[in-house]
Amino acid sequence: MGITFRKETFRDDFTFKNSPEHIRRFPFPFHEDAYMYAVNIEPHVVGPRGSVLENLIDVDEHYVAEMQDRALVLAEDPLRCQSLPHMTLAGWDLLELLMEQQALGYPEHFTLTRDGDRWRWINRPLGIDDTFTFGDTSTLPYGPMEYITRQSQGDFCILDQRDGNLWMDAGMVTTQADWSLDFDIGMNFFEWHAPVPLAHEKGIFVRALKFLTNIQQGKPARRLNWTMTINPRLDTSPENYHKWGPDRATVTPENVGDKVHLRVELQSFWRLPRSNGIVFPIRCYLIKMDELVTQPKWARRLHRVIRDLPDELANYKGLTRYRPALVEWLSKLDDGSATSSGFGPD
Amino acid sequence: MSTGTTKLDVVVSDVVPVNDLVSRFHFRRRDGNLLPTFSGGAHVVVEMRDGERTRLNPYSLMGSPLDTREYTISVRRDDVGRGGSLFMHRSVKPGMEMVVSYPVNLFSLDLRAKKHLMLAGGIGITPFMAQTAQLAAEGGNFELHYTVRTASLGTYADVLRARYDRRVRLYHDDLDERIGLDRLLSTQPLGTHLYVCGPAGMINWVRDRAAALGWPPETVHFEHFAAPQPGLPFDVTLAVSGKAIRVDEQQSLLEAIEAAGVDPPYLCRGGVCGQCETNVISCDGKFIHNDHWLSEEEHRSGKKIMPCVSRFEGRSLVLER
Repeated sequence: MGITFRKETFRDDFTFKNSPEHIRRFPFPFHEDAYMYAVNIEPHVVGPRGSVLENLIDVDEHYVAEMQDRALVLAEDPLRCQSLPHMTLAGWDLLELLMEQQALGYPEHFTLTRDGDRWRWINRPLGIDDTFTFGDTSTLPYGPMEYITRQSQGDFCILDQRDGNLWMDAGMVTTQADWSLDFDIGMNFFEWHAPVPLAHEKGIFVRALKFLTNIQQGKPARRLNWTMTINPRLDTSPENYHKWGPDRATVTPENVGDKVHLRVELQSFWRLPRSNGIVFPIRCYLIKMDELVTQPKWARRLHRVIRDLPDELANYKGLTRYRPALVEWLSKLDDGSATSSGFGPD
Repeated sequence: MSTGTTKLDVVVSDVVPVNDLVSRFHFRRRDGNLLPTFSGGAHVVVEMRDGERTRLNPYSLMGSPLDTREYTISVRRDDVGRGGSLFMHRSVKPGMEMVVSYPVNLFSLDLRAKKHLMLAGGIGITPFMAQTAQLAAEGGNFELHYTVRTASLGTYADVLRARYDRRVRLYHDDLDERIGLDRLLSTQPLGTHLYVCGPAGMINWVRDRAAALGWPPETVHFEHFAAPQPGLPFDVTLAVSGKAIRVDEQQSLLEAIEAAGVDPPYLCRGGVCGQCETNVISCDGKFIHNDHWLSEEEHRSGKKIMPCVSRFEGRSLVLER
């Protein structure tokens, strides 16, 4: 069987689309008709077949195109991938985790063979077959973190744990919702979250840090976060704001369905065994309004969430400019009937 | 169980007496697979089923993190303790099936350090066995100063000297050899991190001198496992679960809570990680706080207790559990 990988783009002509099966598996982030911050962290355990949680590291039909887009971003801006000198061991931890998980979940696409330190990695979708010595950086074409994250969907932050805090000391960040690794590198948990409104007052970050520093090996955790993006653009970075910022002024009542995308991040948190660091994969899922509203429950609920969102949050998420057009468009799909609880479509 | 770690089913593959007080225990996975990788400084919690009683004691992993075919721990016999180490020494034999937790590291190396300066006292040597193995494999810069009572009780002193030669300095109490601590701490290159594991008095001494000599607190790391101390029995009411329990002399409060079928979260069981912190609803009596987690102010307030190591003497104690 295996996945049929789509040929598509996340820039210029924006040919990105979800197949009907991928629409149904979209990780819709609202379990009720309203949204407010919460420390919505739960154990990252395998979920139902056919969902994005079927495997703990999800590979989907966008894999090949996303990896091509990442390569384009890195060619223009190598600082999207950085690892401070003490983080190499954590990079090897991450390489092991991603190779093991991808080979476990998708044996038809990925194969890992280990013979002591001698490892062979076959990545069929990208045409890679490499043999290397685990722990010896000179046997790979890139450092271990860069090597494996050029072959894994989602952004990856590796956090060093020391002094009761977490430090953003390595990462591969090319599909981000308006934040910059180059800006945040070396910062601690409170420093890099400083711009988030409302949550500090609620003490959310103090509790979240306490939770994260106690994440244990073999017990990963996850949460969903969301925002919206105009056009299916993965790279909405501050560095490229001049390319995507103006898109927000292009939304009209006629093009909402095609241009406005819900952007959901599946964030997971894993203790790394050798380095005792934490890796924080941030996996981005995009869906355009036309695709999302094929599920009537999601259309009704999203209308109510966006309509009632506190202004500070709408502003932080960058929705202010096109929110009226979006709410108007969604309102036509909301007959006021009740929505069932839970995330999934009816 | 609402505990912090996953469990591993293991079998005791070997028990090796090291000297008059210390024995080493080897564990392999019952299913024959490799054990999870760990980092130097990590511990596991060993479950000891001793008749009616279950004890859960943390022990540092002392093997090389590069070899996960087996885990090894070293246990010092404590003849006046609560019986966990005596159980290990008397009852644990090769072939016995046991359960240990996944590794947890609360005494991690700071990998930014240009040099790792390690100070061990007695059985406090065990986390350094794994850390030195990890650093040696990466070509890391370390130096170990190890105080032992006598040469014959110098657990692994010979092994460490053979492995690392002059990077290991030994001090024998019976020969009146002492670490020249101030000189040692004031002659280190910039970027050195200090690690200390041993008796509480040694840890406090090293921390105090390091602070006095201007070491930034974030460069001073210590492993402070207070083993739960025995004490007078006492009665406790668990308000949330509606249970009345008795903590006997050799039992910790946490163990008594668990024996009643209530499972607070835990990681270290030694008063440092903060996981089992419990609110006091009311009390009439005095607390014996033995933890390193709550502040002095919190100890005085009588509103919180760490049930893994702390006890109570008095008429009544009601906890939010």
